[in-house]
Amino acid sequence: MKSKTGLQIARLVVSVVVTGLIAVSFLDITASQPVWVANYGTHWQFVPSILSFLAAPAIAAGGFIIIALLTLLFGRVYCSWLCPLGFFQDVVGAVGRLFRKKKRRFQYSKPVPVLRYALLILIVVMALVGIMVPVVLTDPFSIFGRMMTHLAHPMVTGLNNLFSGWLSQADVFWLKPRTTTGFHAGAFLTGLSLTLIVGVMAFRSGRLWCNTVCPAGTLLGLISRTALWRINLDKAKCTSCGLCSSVCKAQCIDVKERKVDFDRCVGCMNCLNTCRQGGVKYEWLPKQPAPGSTKTPAMGEGRRTALKAFALLAVTVAMTKIKAATDVFSLKKAVKPNNRSHFVSPPGSLGIDRFNDVCTACHLCVSACPTRVLQPSFTEYGLKGFLQPFMDYHSNFCNFECTRCGEVCPTGAITALLPEVKKRVQTDIAHFVKENCVVNTDETSCGACSEHCPTKAVHMVEYKPGLLIPEVNDSICVGCGACEYACPTLPNRAIFVDGNLVHKVASEPENADENKEEVPEEFPF
Amino acid sequence: MPIRVSLASAVLGNEGVLLQEFLTFTLSEKINRMERRNFFKGIGAGLLAGGFLSHLSGNDLLGAAIPLPPEAYDMIAVKGGEPEVMFDKGIAAMGGMKRFVKKGQTVVVKPNIGWDVSVERGGNTNPKLVARIVKHCLDAGAKEVYTFDNTCDNWVKCYETSGIEAAVKAVGGKVVPGNTESYYKTVKIPNGRVLKEAKVHELLISADVFINVPILKHHSSAQVSIAMKNLMGIVWDRRYWHRNNLQQCIADMVTWRKPDLNVIDAYRVMMKNGPRGVSEADVTVMKSLLLSTDIVAADAAAAKLFGSEPSDIEHIKLAHEMKLGTIDLKSLNIQRITV
Repeated sequence: MKSKTGLQIARLVVSVVVTGLIAVSFLDITASQPVWVANYGTHWQFVPSILSFLAAPAIAAGGFIIIALLTLLFGRVYCSWLCPLGFFQDVVGAVGRLFRKKKRRFQYSKPVPVLRYALLILIVVMALVGIMVPVVLTDPFSIFGRMMTHLAHPMVTGLNNLFSGWLSQADVFWLKPRTTTGFHAGAFLTGLSLTLIVGVMAFRSGRLWCNTVCPAGTLLGLISRTALWRINLDKAKCTSCGLCSSVCKAQCIDVKERKVDFDRCVGCMNCLNTCRQGGVKYEWLPKQPAPGSTKTPAMGEGRRTALKAFALLAVTVAMTKIKAATDVFSLKKAVKPNNRSHFVSPPGSLGIDRFNDVCTACHLCVSACPTRVLQPSFTEYGLKGFLQPFMDYHSNFCNFECTRCGEVCPTGAITALLPEVKKRVQTDIAHFVKENCVVNTDETSCGACSEHCPTKAVHMVEYKPGLLIPEVNDSICVGCGACEYACPTLPNRAIFVDGNLVHKVASEPENADENKEEVPEEFPF
Repeated sequence: MPIRVSLASAVLGNEGVLLQEFLTFTLSEKINRMERRNFFKGIGAGLLAGGFLSHLSGNDLLGAAIPLPPEAYDMIAVKGGEPEVMFDKGIAAMGGMKRFVKKGQTVVVKPNIGWDVSVERGGNTNPKLVARIVKHCLDAGAKEVYTFDNTCDNWVKCYETSGIEAAVKAVGGKVVPGNTESYYKTVKIPNGRVLKEAKVHELLISADVFINVPILKHHSSAQVSIAMKNLMGIVWDRRYWHRNNLQQCIADMVTWRKPDLNVIDAYRVMMKNGPRGVSEADVTVMKSLLLSTDIVAADAAAAKLFGSEPSDIEHIKLAHEMKLGTIDLKSLNIQRITV
């Protein structure tokens, strides 16, 4: 075994740092890690970066432009250097190597462009018409995110709480118990099954996922076709021994034809030092195969590919339309006895539709939310918003001072708000249901809703002598959900919030920042 | 130190208070050091002079009449000073912390840490007061002093923003999480009228001494939140209380375990929009502190300070009816101290 090349070592270092930053952000059970950790890791994520740019065009959000430029220069280096799911697959591969002593691990496999481009077109078109589910299910960063949030995060929290419990038995309290992200069948099963699918594919066939399903891989593959630096086989030196091909996890080195399908190359650089003849080169603009006889059939093939792709697309769009129709139906079915017309999207998402259009459900906000009010949706947004986080006011309520979800969001689905702004954003409005209220049914004091209200939009008014009942001032309600969370009535709440389709700005509550001073002259007793 | 002070006040009665205040002032090294530091900073000179003046002009000087031992006072009411200074004087007048905490005992100091708001907002007990109480307990020989609350806002943020976690840790107390259900054990409340059982933080079951340190504030559900209402923070399921006659449940809980001492923080008093408050405009600085072993009397006096009649506050009235204490403040021996 030859020692690693400088490029391989560099790749290893970069990927460990980037994936490390991302993993640490997802596993920050204290919800207090500096925001830059997440931002540095997620800035380089291709799909979130594109979405973030589309959501709010800014040069600062242009991580994907740099990745595209890098790809134009060096090929799909994103896939091996920056992508956390790529890192995961490499780890699976490395573990697999421990169990399998087979010398030739990989061999060349033919590309399946039909499936690949059909999937890419499907994903893009669906996203353009506002259905993010395909992106949610295929974006590598988001898959990795849900892996972390729903598989790793609970384990880390569990371990933390185990130790915390042991220490507290010994009267030591420095390790604080933490709350898990909670169990959500939909999110958990999606997370688990994608982990298994990607894992098994990586174990058996290297980067098959990246070269079949992944939209970032396919898109960057298109760009890398014209890359300036490329892996190339020196036809004069190549003996077609297949050594290079045996370490190629992208299975894109065709030793028989002595060429590299650079479109599928993930830029891992593992092949560079395998050739005994020095025939594998990473070089500036290698001579392209001469145009002519080989190119014409390729064109025809391309047309056939495109046709097949569109056929596949048409079928899928038709299927989705059927599903979209059931979607409306399922939304109706999801209406709670509290007659909620909309579930609530997080403050900073500006509105439900906009949020649904941009979020890839990576669940970084779910991991980062200190109160755990942000939970993955199942049908709350309908099929359209499958797995995208919503404000679950039965899980907790939104901390008035907190702006963390917007600060970590890599796609711009939740924009970062200043605290003063966030305190005025009205995501939904509280609705009081007098028929359910303890004050009305039992004629005893309650007011748990008003207690928790940070703006006193929910305030208490005279109901009967000595008895107060809640009343809502819509204009200053920010929709934090504290009232709904705190309401003790069963099975339905006496106060619930209804989401604003487009978020509004609440009026400012009475807000003077000065204490009066009145020290009593004499005690009144 | 508290012993000497209590001896002085026992021997000299109310005249002793002057001496005692003088002693507290001159002997307490910490205060001295603090004053000196301020003095050198050039901003403490006025404070120092003002301190002396207020000592000399305190109405206890003229109002001295019948000498009483500290145990004879049902309540100590202090006003006009910083929270920790008022507590020093108040606890001294009660006979010092050693009256409540014996060597080797475990103590729970239970403040109100319900909300993620700063000290100026008056939503949580003053951190300086809580820390000073913890300090007195440790000085009295307590084995461990624990502080916790089952908060309403996110507990980590409440502990942090209130300043209580840092202040208590700094003086050597233990800050215990209150958000984990496994800490709460079911107890029977045989004398409760509505509340027959509750899940209570295990520290309250095991601790030798229970010091209740609420902040006085307006409350949208219970009218006011003082000492009895603060006990809601030692139980797990508050929703049950809200569903089942909140005011009665508040009174019922007192029958389970009465605090050994109640210290009511009325330094910053939230007069409206309680219990969370909306802005600092809700708060009036009253610079007052009440100490009593009678939780009902403490609540009654604090309610008066708030501007309400104790008999108008449902849970205080109920507790009085259930003979858990008295709201008849005239029947009490109250020592009033002005710092």
